[in-house]
Amino acid sequence: MAEVKIGIEGLYKIFGPRAQSVMEDVRGGMSKQELLERHDHVLGLKDINVDVAPREISVIMGLSGSGKSTLIRHINRLIEPTSGRILVDGQDVLAMTREELIEFRRHRVSMVFQRFGLHVHKTVAENAAYGLVIQGVSVGQAKEQSRKWLDRVGLSGFENHYPSQLSGGMQQRVGLARALATDAEILLMDEPFSALDPLIRTDMQDVLLGLQEELNKTLVFITHDLDEALRLGESIAILRDGAVIQQGNPQDIILHPADDYIFDFVKDINRSRVIEAKSVMTPGESVDGPSLPHDLVLEEALPIVSAAKLNQANVVDADGQAIGSIRLGQIVAGIARPAESGDQGERYR
Amino acid sequence: MDFLTEFPSMDRQELRDLKKAIDGGFRDFSREFGEAIENFFEPLLWFLVWFEKLLQAAPWPVIILALAALAWLGSRSKTVVAGCALSFLAIGYFGMWHDTMSTLAIISVATLLCITVGIPLGILMARSDRTQTAITPALDIMQTIPAFVYLIPVVMLLGIGKVPGLIAVCIYAIPPIVRLTNLGIRLVEKEALEAADAFGADYRQKLFGVQIPLALPNIFAGVNQTIMMALSMVVIASMIGVAGLGVPVLRSVSNQYLALGLMNGLAIVALAIIFDRVSQRFGERLQRHRRGIEHG
Repeated sequence: MAEVKIGIEGLYKIFGPRAQSVMEDVRGGMSKQELLERHDHVLGLKDINVDVAPREISVIMGLSGSGKSTLIRHINRLIEPTSGRILVDGQDVLAMTREELIEFRRHRVSMVFQRFGLHVHKTVAENAAYGLVIQGVSVGQAKEQSRKWLDRVGLSGFENHYPSQLSGGMQQRVGLARALATDAEILLMDEPFSALDPLIRTDMQDVLLGLQEELNKTLVFITHDLDEALRLGESIAILRDGAVIQQGNPQDIILHPADDYIFDFVKDINRSRVIEAKSVMTPGESVDGPSLPHDLVLEEALPIVSAAKLNQANVVDADGQAIGSIRLGQIVAGIARPAESGDQGERYR
Repeated sequence: MDFLTEFPSMDRQELRDLKKAIDGGFRDFSREFGEAIENFFEPLLWFLVWFEKLLQAAPWPVIILALAALAWLGSRSKTVVAGCALSFLAIGYFGMWHDTMSTLAIISVATLLCITVGIPLGILMARSDRTQTAITPALDIMQTIPAFVYLIPVVMLLGIGKVPGLIAVCIYAIPPIVRLTNLGIRLVEKEALEAADAFGADYRQKLFGVQIPLALPNIFAGVNQTIMMALSMVVIASMIGVAGLGVPVLRSVSNQYLALGLMNGLAIVALAIIFDRVSQRFGERLQRHRRGIEHG
């Protein structure tokens, strides 16, 4: 069994004054709409079961109202669930006392927010040092320790500015430095880049990927943007109306969408940048041609294979062992935008 | 049809008995506890008298310099400092120095008292909706009930003098600081608080590190309002024996001395404007981080 850092088991969240008493109806299968009409309660999350692996980026994706921000706030218990369990390293977060929870938040988990959540009356340096100050580190020492993180996110020289003097992208860098400074092993990111311009967003994704390569945090990343999810996520859970409708790695989700809703999502994706060689190869057989790493995306495999003599190549795993072969036709077919179910190719017949 | 033309009121005799019972009850209460309550306020009286004597005994140039220095510390504005010094010179020149010092003393002590009681009360109010619903009507009563009405029990309890005057001033002047502290804390952005929660801040760390600093503009508006309202109570307070600028105003009302009334009234206005400008500028200066918001 794969290692689990954060286990979410049977999590339900109902918003309303009598949440516990309507729990039975919800377990019995009452829909979100029905719950709202009959009991005037809002179903936030429905039977969520997600395992987050350690030291990788797990993305939770969903459109607005899908419950993704509610879900991430359960992990550090900013929101209390109506039912279910949250286990971090096997320890039940919901069973923690007030003091234990505060310790947990101070040392083991930190968070980055969509609207930055910076303290506008504090300077950049004071904001970055905030988590350490809360831990009880003296202000001077905390600033000293957090300086390296400000440098790391490219904000040296701005220590004495106030957040209102910075652009959105720079403010979120402060948020990131603040979250990293506490050395927590879990980093929760609630749509951290959604408020930023597209160019800045790509920039910040690069910063994050660079940091992750070095730090190997357990990272839970929320987004409504599928491109972002595919770019960052080593595993992705898709949320709709408060329920997880598909979980898997990016390859799985693109190649085997669980339902029409997800199919609609993924059909416009640039597949050549996501699908890897191993997903379209013919396993087992070995052919005459160059060798490609198994996780090479098709976009990069294409020129190599088309330049090869027989338009084919071997696919090798991380240890250099051949695990299969790939032909030009397979690559092209993999890149092609999938047809709507029903009209398979009919338009061009 | 007597029922419709005559309001079905309480029997006269019963009403008289009820009023008598209330009066008697309160009189007994003041006889019983009046002295204890007076003793309780003894340190306050001592401080007030000491402060008033200090202001009156100090040489006037020292006082003016000290006030100008305070105005500078608060406002960092030469205009405000010059206005402050000139006003006090004029007040002295027109023979109102002594009374102004008395008024200054009681206003300062009343404001300090209001701040030390009002800000914690406001914080308490912001902590839960239940305390807010409990305290709000009390504040409404304190602000709207005619001052003369609460002068009666205060005088019955403590007699005539500085302490009952101080209490009357505070009853009238404390609501704004309580209200605006509560409002300021409640208006603090949810995101800022949520971030504090996420990093494991406890109640004290949230209160002193996030809520109060971000509520300061409103808290300062409250302090400013409290000072203004305290000043406006000076004349009424003089009716129950508080020395100061209110006494000559009261005298000029009963004797139709226009000039006397006008001069002392204007002295109160001058004090009000100085207090207002200094405290407002100080509040603005605390908001350094709001500068540079134009950055895109």
